[in-house]
Amino acid sequence: MSGGVDSSVAAALCQQAGHEVTGMMLRAWSEPGCEDANRCCSPQAMTLARRAAAALDIPFYVIDAQAIFYETVVRHFLAEYTAGRTPNPCLVCNRLVRWEFLLEHALEMGAEMLATGHYVRLGLDGEGRHLLLRGTDHGKDQSYVLHRLTQEKLHRSLFPVGELTKPQVRVLAEKFNLPAAGQADSQDLCFLAGGDYRAFIRRHAPQAAQPGRITDRQGQVLGMHTGLVDYTIGQRKGLGLPSGVPLYVLAKDAAANTLIVGVGEELGAGVCTVNDLHWIAGEPPAGSFRARVKTRYTAQFAAAEVTLGEGGATAEVRFEGRVRAVTPGQAAVFYAGEVVLGGGTIVG
Amino acid sequence: MDYNRNIMEKIYLDYAATTPLDRRVLAAMMPFFEESFGNPSSVHQHGQRAEAAVEDSRATIARVLHCQPDEVIFTSCGSESDNLALRGAAFAARAGREAKRILTDRGEHPAVSRTAQQLASQHGFDLEWLELDANGQVDPGQVAGILGSEDCLLSVMTANNEIGTIQPIAELGALCRRRQVPFHSDAVQAAAYLDLDVDKLQVDLLSLGAHKFYGPKGIGVLYVRRGTTIQPQQTGGGQEAGLRAGTHNVPYIVGMAEALRLTAEERPMRVAHVQPLRDQIIGTVLEEIPDTRLTGHANMRLPGHASFAFMDADGNRLLQLLDAAGFACSSGSACKTGDPKPSEVLLAIGLPPEWALGSLRVTLGMPVTAEQVGRFLAVLPGLVEKARKRRT
Repeated sequence: MSGGVDSSVAAALCQQAGHEVTGMMLRAWSEPGCEDANRCCSPQAMTLARRAAAALDIPFYVIDAQAIFYETVVRHFLAEYTAGRTPNPCLVCNRLVRWEFLLEHALEMGAEMLATGHYVRLGLDGEGRHLLLRGTDHGKDQSYVLHRLTQEKLHRSLFPVGELTKPQVRVLAEKFNLPAAGQADSQDLCFLAGGDYRAFIRRHAPQAAQPGRITDRQGQVLGMHTGLVDYTIGQRKGLGLPSGVPLYVLAKDAAANTLIVGVGEELGAGVCTVNDLHWIAGEPPAGSFRARVKTRYTAQFAAAEVTLGEGGATAEVRFEGRVRAVTPGQAAVFYAGEVVLGGGTIVG
Repeated sequence: MDYNRNIMEKIYLDYAATTPLDRRVLAAMMPFFEESFGNPSSVHQHGQRAEAAVEDSRATIARVLHCQPDEVIFTSCGSESDNLALRGAAFAARAGREAKRILTDRGEHPAVSRTAQQLASQHGFDLEWLELDANGQVDPGQVAGILGSEDCLLSVMTANNEIGTIQPIAELGALCRRRQVPFHSDAVQAAAYLDLDVDKLQVDLLSLGAHKFYGPKGIGVLYVRRGTTIQPQQTGGGQEAGLRAGTHNVPYIVGMAEALRLTAEERPMRVAHVQPLRDQIIGTVLEEIPDTRLTGHANMRLPGHASFAFMDADGNRLLQLLDAAGFACSSGSACKTGDPKPSEVLLAIGLPPEWALGSLRVTLGMPVTAEQVGRFLAVLPGLVEKARKRRT
């Protein structure tokens, strides 16, 4: 429980369904000195979660996950930026902190299932395998950040708000008299404590933020950048380059600490390579298949042909048309309709 | 004591944190919420009735402490009593005799230690820490070697909240009297079981909080021996001889007096109830759980207090497992925010960090039964094993 409406309502719905419910909150890592500003486990969030648990008359415990959160999520975040990639820390957190560390903890406490306030749905296929589906509220759908769940984990998971829309959840929060009703949503990374991720990286991985050259695809130097971490693929503003046509960030070459820019027509990719593949069903649907692909959490779907490489360790994703801002380090997640097939990490 | 059995469905073993209200105490308090609601400072008869209740309560408490009623000062809790004692005595000693050192030990409750630290860091006092031995006791010999006219006061708790160790208070008090240094003792944990005769203890200032002995929360006492100068820290109306301003909390004062009276009267019976259960817990845990230590003194400890350290166990996790299994306990390192730090007291008695994070405090009270202790001891070894399994 985070103190927010989604997890509070999820707890209430579990209780209503007849389950014996225990609330757990993760104490994630915060930068020393900023503990009180962590978005998810500030003293205020804890008080809200405690009040929600008390309103439901369920036990509530805060689980210390500071060490594992730092070792997995924060280290990965810094290493990826240092390598010139753009990670999604929520993916790592869900995979290694929530559905490993927290789930294990819950099972050891005697729990049978882990319920969360994520907007995704569960289903079963014809062979009795668990399916992960997008949340009914497409605007809130969180299947992208849960695409690494396995059959075993899904077997232990409940997503009580996945069938609901956010407005419905808010109504329920009020109906259940949960104190979180009326809270605003937040999209920031929890451990940045409301601060800027570039400044965070400068403090913790200064090598990822050294000034360097800006060139075009042909290697011609156009200017200097302030540190690769300050730029995102597809970015146009703030490059500070004199040019007759608008220039966009095309790529980052971390080895050479070079930012590569070009004109709008050069932006985007018709094809990308993905590694570190994971399949919800345990195996890919076929050696080559058509899918709807999301290349970042907030991206629109793009139709594509996914072809597995030799041994199935990598896949080539060939989009219909060009897709903007295909960014190394982000996940490409494959869908068949509403069903999440799996995904992998974009290499380039 | 008389208590509501329905609230004890889960087995509560955390009486050092707080105790349920004795129903006899609640009955004594009730008239002062409705019929006798007056302000003791008022001239009229409503005020007179309330004032009589406050003064009767003061006299009752004075009888238990073997002191005069005017030496009993009502406060809002044990922490406030500690604050008033330390701040009041420190500022008075500096103004009166240019003393500027505060002497206390490393095992104190934060109400004393944090107050002493603030007096040092923000008000220019010197602070000297007395070390604890492995059992958690202060060495009177060490105190004798340094205590002098430059000391504003010595503050040593009567019995420790985390490890239950009882300090040699009378010995320290005698030393202070010879050197003419005021002696304060936080007796918040001790009050439920120990004799609080201030002349035997030779204390000049003594803190109590009612909720540790089946009284209400939010009310406390500071005993101030006649002739001990302290400066008020909360100014306003002239209540409590000008030492602590604020309208009297009449029902709570009445409740505290009744709770303390009952505690003194029933002391032998209460000790006889909890001590064998405590000994059973200590014996069984040390026998059955490997890599376990008793923390605190083996004999000089509160009769309802058992505390342990389990090597390489996660104390917070153990408390959660125990709670889920229906047993409410506490520990020195536990905190509700999921940010465990080894307890300062456990480090002060020389416990290595791999032990200090795995502490457990089991404290008993009158509602605890032998059958409940048996159930607790049946599940504890398995849960300690679980709490040891996964460390991050």
